[in-house]
Amino acid sequence: MRRALLAFLLVAAPLRADSNLPPSRWANEQLPDARQEAAATALMQELRCLVCQGQSIADSDAELAGDMRALVRERIARGERPEAVRAWLVERYGAWVSYRPPVEPLSWPLYAAPVALLIAGAWLLRGRFRRRG
Amino acid sequence: MSRARFLPLIVFALLVVAVAWRLATPKDDRVASKLEGQKLPAFALPPAVPGKPGLSSADLATGSPRLVNIFASWCVPCIAEAPVLLELARRGVPIDAIAIRDKPEDVAAFLARHGDPFQRIGSDDRSQVQIALGSSGVPESFVIDRKGVIRAQHIGPIMPQDVPAILQAMEEAK
Amino acid sequence: MIAEAGLAALWLAAALAALQFALALGAGGAEGRALATIRGVAVAQGLLTLAAFAALVILFLRTDLSVLLVAENSHADKPWLYKFAGTWGNHEGSMLLWVTVLAIAGAVVALFERHLDERTLGFSLAAQAALALGFFAFLLFASNPFERLNPAPAAGRGLNPLLQDPGLAFHPPTLYLGYVGLSVAFSLAVGALVTRDVGPALARAMRPWVLGAWVLLTLGITAGSYWAYYELGWGGWWFWDPVENASLMPWLAATALLHSLNVLAARGGLRAWTMMLALVAFSMSMVGTFLVRSGILTSVHAFAVDPTRGSFILVLLTLYIGAALALFAVRIATVKEGAPFDPLSREGALVANNLFLSVILGIVLIGTLYPLIAEAATGEKLSVGPPYFNATAGPLALILAALMMIGPQLRWRRDRGPMLQRLAPGIVVAVATLVATLLLAPSISLLSRLGLALGAGLVPASLAPLAGRALRRTPLATWGMCIAHLGVAAALIGMASDSAFTREKLTTAVPGDRIEVGPWLVELRSIRPVAGPNWTALEAELRASKGAGVSVLKTQSRYFTEPVTTTNEAAIETDWNGQLYAVLGAEDVATGRWQVRLWWKPFVTLIWLGGALIGLGGLLALIGRWWRAFRTRRRFVEAEW
Repeated sequence: MRRALLAFLLVAAPLRADSNLPPSRWANEQLPDARQEAAATALMQELRCLVCQGQSIADSDAELAGDMRALVRERIARGERPEAVRAWLVERYGAWVSYRPPVEPLSWPLYAAPVALLIAGAWLLRGRFRRRG
Repeated sequence: MSRARFLPLIVFALLVVAVAWRLATPKDDRVASKLEGQKLPAFALPPAVPGKPGLSSADLATGSPRLVNIFASWCVPCIAEAPVLLELARRGVPIDAIAIRDKPEDVAAFLARHGDPFQRIGSDDRSQVQIALGSSGVPESFVIDRKGVIRAQHIGPIMPQDVPAILQAMEEAK
Repeated sequence: MIAEAGLAALWLAAALAALQFALALGAGGAEGRALATIRGVAVAQGLLTLAAFAALVILFLRTDLSVLLVAENSHADKPWLYKFAGTWGNHEGSMLLWVTVLAIAGAVVALFERHLDERTLGFSLAAQAALALGFFAFLLFASNPFERLNPAPAAGRGLNPLLQDPGLAFHPPTLYLGYVGLSVAFSLAVGALVTRDVGPALARAMRPWVLGAWVLLTLGITAGSYWAYYELGWGGWWFWDPVENASLMPWLAATALLHSLNVLAARGGLRAWTMMLALVAFSMSMVGTFLVRSGILTSVHAFAVDPTRGSFILVLLTLYIGAALALFAVRIATVKEGAPFDPLSREGALVANNLFLSVILGIVLIGTLYPLIAEAATGEKLSVGPPYFNATAGPLALILAALMMIGPQLRWRRDRGPMLQRLAPGIVVAVATLVATLLLAPSISLLSRLGLALGAGLVPASLAPLAGRALRRTPLATWGMCIAHLGVAAALIGMASDSAFTREKLTTAVPGDRIEVGPWLVELRSIRPVAGPNWTALEAELRASKGAGVSVLKTQSRYFTEPVTTTNEAAIETDWNGQLYAVLGAEDVATGRWQVRLWWKPFVTLIWLGGALIGLGGLLALIGRWWRAFRTRRRFVEAEW
């Protein structure tokens, strides 16, 4: 049983791919320019994998995630700004595809929350302290 | 302390309402394209099989609505969808396809086995056009109107019960 | 037979919980002999629940396929450790573990708590019984672990291979002990609010429970983070995933509660805040349990979706948390406050600590639930992930680190003493580190730069309370505090270092190729098939060197058949100054080249070492206080003679 499995493994196609085609070149290869690669990696970590249960495309083995990584790297290599690439994807999939919520009326409470909480907490504490005599 | 002592209770009540809503209306994890109502992005795909033309955005603004089916030979639900597509084609719906990450021989084998309702098939071997359309899986279908504007998206295989809705969408796209 | 016995034990325990609730409440906050009866009932309830859990463990160890749960989650070929751990690797089994801990905790409180006012204890035991009752009902009516399967299948369905790991055996029980240990704090707070008896005695009764639960939560979360790091194959250790957040929120509340209890025990202050935190901590545990099992949030960690079960737990939550918060609102105005204090004092620093921890807790809660709220209100879907949490919680955590450098060195009530001398070592080290990073690593992010500086400064600052003292006479609790804070420093340095200095190399290779990453030169030597007890794999052997010496790393792409899954087994080489992390990816059949992913992560191990130190510090504090209480009682007894 084991030998048959081993033999099978040696001739089998890539174990994880859904399709029969190999991953895109730029799905798993880093850009030669280190600055561009850093920008691409930073963006990939903030884009959501569309077919996963809560992972960024940087952390996913899914094929579509690989193709999205390739898209990000190619566009940044062509000189596009990361924000432009993000915006292009948000245009197609909605704010859901970005782990960084866009700053818009829908997410103002989210971004205001830290400050609001601090102020609320400080206000609740206002009577606690004894005045310095 | 004053009225502030009721604040945690009120906040909790609001959270319970939101959560109860979520339990009542189950999550739809499908990601829909946000391009509905917008013109198709420009693209030009080479043929997926020899003998059949490839697909470009220009081919989809021909003056009458068309159905674009995003499929792949390695996609299992696409097999279930094939007879329905054949039926739609028989009823006069012009269907084009985009084959995702596929080899010509595999596409040809799929069409030979499950039927070929498509007039044109473009080969999208790195999912780039799929992403440009806001599609996130296979199979999906788009209703494109005569001016090349995306009018409707159907996520998942088109089942017999979905046919009336598709035909309706094609009507409205005229 | 065993399954039926287990189920019977569960029913009996539930009946006893109902009895305990009725007795404790009916006796109007029982005293004397009524309390003795209630204690007995609580102990019996705990033992019976433990017996039920033991029954389930036996069924899993035997792979008894006539039990539905075993058939769906286990397999005869699994190694025994994973058969054992498989008991809680599913919804029903883990829920039974949850309830077992709840019942045992109640039994221990009933048996050993002798210093608390009896009326308060009576109501606390009533609260604990009420909690148990709801979750017993959930188990018995909506998540029966002992359901039979007739006819029994020939083979079980196996267990997710990602979970077949020693970390799995350790991680969930530790976490559950922590989450559910906080139930005692909740019950004691409820009891004290009913009798209006909130004071130092309550704090001293609550503290060992909170400390113990907090230590376990710290160790459990640390272990979970390390497990994710080496198992998932991408070198990440925290993802702000909803389920991770669900485990973090009770920890944040428990940390704040712990510090708050110290103020309440020592000075009688912060009564309202401490009671609120005690209620919030276990509420967060229950909310976490709900989030993971209801399917309302998308996560890699979530159990299988079942909205009916979710609704059941939501009803329980609404009842328990709603009642507790209502009790708080109604009673808190009549609780006496403690002596006031100057802002520049130990109390002041602890209040600030509470404030920032509570705000971080609020941010994590809001961030986790916001997508849900936004969709409920507007139908729009959005995602809230690491960019949001890092940007909001990160700076607040840094402020906390700065507070930690000062707070433990302040005196109670009012500190007028010379500050500069005490704070000098911390400030000097922090500033020196800041300057060093500006010179040597000018392009790292501001957040990681500050993290490195504050983490470094926190090292001498956390040990400062020990300076100039007779070390052998210093209370163990003080040692514990210093070591725990040192752990925070270590973790902070590790996190900042990982963020700032990680080097990543993604490439394709064939045997014979050499790859550079950071200071390392890595050669791919071979790729061969290997086999294990229930898997086969392709193993890549890598030789890595940086200067003298060569390290061998073996990483695998592992293939399971029951169920069919593929996992990456990363190879990690740990040095004194970091880890080299290697993963084998897929082969490109066309070119015959293999994907190889390499990371050099300087000082990343400090993250989990720090977590372990924090846990150790807490453990020392716990032991220290027990030992002191024990010695005091002995001296008291001896004096009586």
